[in-house]
Amino acid sequence: MATKARIIKRGDDTIFQILVNTFLVLLLIAVLIPLWKVLIMSVTPLNFLDVKAYGLWLDPWKWSFEAYKQLLSHPSFTRAASNSGIITIGGVIVNMLLTVPFAYALSVEKLPGRKFFITMVMIPFLFNAGLIPVYLVVNKLGLIDSWWAVILPGGINIYNLLVMKSFFEGLPEELKEAARLDGANEIQVLWTVILPLSKPILLTIGLFYAVAHWNEFFNAILYLNDAKLQPLTILLRNILLAANMNEYVEYDAFSSASVQSIKSASVFLTMLPMVAIYPWIQKYFTKGTLLGGVKS
Amino acid sequence: MNQAITPGKIQADTNLHKTWSKLTKNLAKYKWVYFMMIPGLIYFLLFRYQALWNAQIAFKDFKPLLGVFDSPFVGFKHFLTFFDSFYFEQLIGNTIFFSVGKLILGMPMAILLAICLYESAFKGFSRFVQTITYMPHFLSWVIMLGILLVMLSPGEGFFNAIIKAGGGDPIPFLTTPKYFRWVVIFSDIWKETGWSTILYLAALMAIDPTLFEAAAVDGASRLQRIWHISLPGILPTIVVVTLLRLGSILDAGFHQIFVLYSLPVYSVGDILDTWVYRQGVLEFQFSLATAVGLFKGTIGLILVLVSNKLAKRFAGSGIY
Repeated sequence: MATKARIIKRGDDTIFQILVNTFLVLLLIAVLIPLWKVLIMSVTPLNFLDVKAYGLWLDPWKWSFEAYKQLLSHPSFTRAASNSGIITIGGVIVNMLLTVPFAYALSVEKLPGRKFFITMVMIPFLFNAGLIPVYLVVNKLGLIDSWWAVILPGGINIYNLLVMKSFFEGLPEELKEAARLDGANEIQVLWTVILPLSKPILLTIGLFYAVAHWNEFFNAILYLNDAKLQPLTILLRNILLAANMNEYVEYDAFSSASVQSIKSASVFLTMLPMVAIYPWIQKYFTKGTLLGGVKS
Repeated sequence: MNQAITPGKIQADTNLHKTWSKLTKNLAKYKWVYFMMIPGLIYFLLFRYQALWNAQIAFKDFKPLLGVFDSPFVGFKHFLTFFDSFYFEQLIGNTIFFSVGKLILGMPMAILLAICLYESAFKGFSRFVQTITYMPHFLSWVIMLGILLVMLSPGEGFFNAIIKAGGGDPIPFLTTPKYFRWVVIFSDIWKETGWSTILYLAALMAIDPTLFEAAAVDGASRLQRIWHISLPGILPTIVVVTLLRLGSILDAGFHQIFVLYSLPVYSVGDILDTWVYRQGVLEFQFSLATAVGLFKGTIGLILVLVSNKLAKRFAGSGIY
């Protein structure tokens, strides 16, 4: 973008570049060491555990995947993982079905009553009624101990709704008009004209919703008492705080997996899906975030 | 001319008629748009507005059997109970400590990182650092707890292993009040610094490159160019971000503290939201918890409105 400026700037002091890039390297290390340490800990076999807890290296020949084997073959882990998957996929579908048409409707500039609807959206955006009133709603609707309880209350994230609305507003009006003149109704306009042009925003908002559901923890604590329904985050918390592994995982005292490696392996497995997906969508979401971040 | 001989009543009737027919025509024209709004409207009424309606129990002694509306009215009783309680100052103090600490220590870090990412001559490397430093933003606080235990736990934690190797005694960082506060602030900085560079980077990219060229021709050094061009260029962003963060000063990071805190550190870790949770959900003090939530919501509303106005005045932009 600013290639010309770059070439001119590149001419001067090397010391400056050394400082800048050293800082970047240091920060990179600061972010990666904890993640790396989790990985190493998860593959450390029992007999190596106390040797070098401050070490950052373990000879790959000595790596043991026993902790992963135990976790992945344990029914409570696989059930929690599939619960998280169901909540995430189901949640994103509900989120998008609620958010996209509503955001589009709010972006139709000449819509009679548009001001009223926008005010209706802004009031709960600016004024948060707090935890208990929402809890009472979920309780009254009889959603406790069902997945709807963790999916529906956050069905529309108002911030995401406003970001999507301003994206739709930015699309050229002529395209919509042309489709309308061809006799398309508004649902067809949204489906055939708007959505194909909205890939970046759909992916961004979809990713934000997906991350929120995958990371869902507090609402699950509030509304899901049945252990059969609980997501991975709750199992992970229980594993992390458990003094005795037997409650959550068949921990065998003679196995070659230590408590620490099981804890670390469950951390690693829980973060894997998000960490694996997001770099692919990264180029879209910086754009999407900026769009909603600040409005003049 | 015609108007002069038309009686006023008929004129009014035709006006009314016109408005009416325009309205029905509009409703017909936009019927599909309204149709699309139905699911969203139901959601807003059922969850958002019903919750606002339920908030009235802050002024009542809520009895589940009587319901929200029929519970006896008690005015500001629960608010006064809270203001007079021993917890009030502690909770407000802790909440503000975390918010302000994260802002003051986290923001310079994010600005520095953004400037370094922008200035680095190695674009590929810069982009790689960006990708890696954004990543922790997507990790939940439960995962963060796992990472923090690997790094900090007294038994096998990385830092404590180093301390022990150096002959010191291990420190239980997460359960010692003195350290807990800083664990909260620095774990938040570790997690969010990369992500919060997005806005600053965008502001840097928007600076006219010819300004840098002209400064270079005039013999300005690198640091002078950062000081006189880059920083003023991102100043509006800094102002907006600061004001908006101050607007949400009572949100100190509920999920983070809810996951990380424990009984030994309640005195320094407890914030408004965690207290509301314990009072409301664990102690069934629904009305008291709602009153505190409502108090927080009201202060939050005022702060957001004021800070948004200030942001618009000083930097020309806000969130809405």
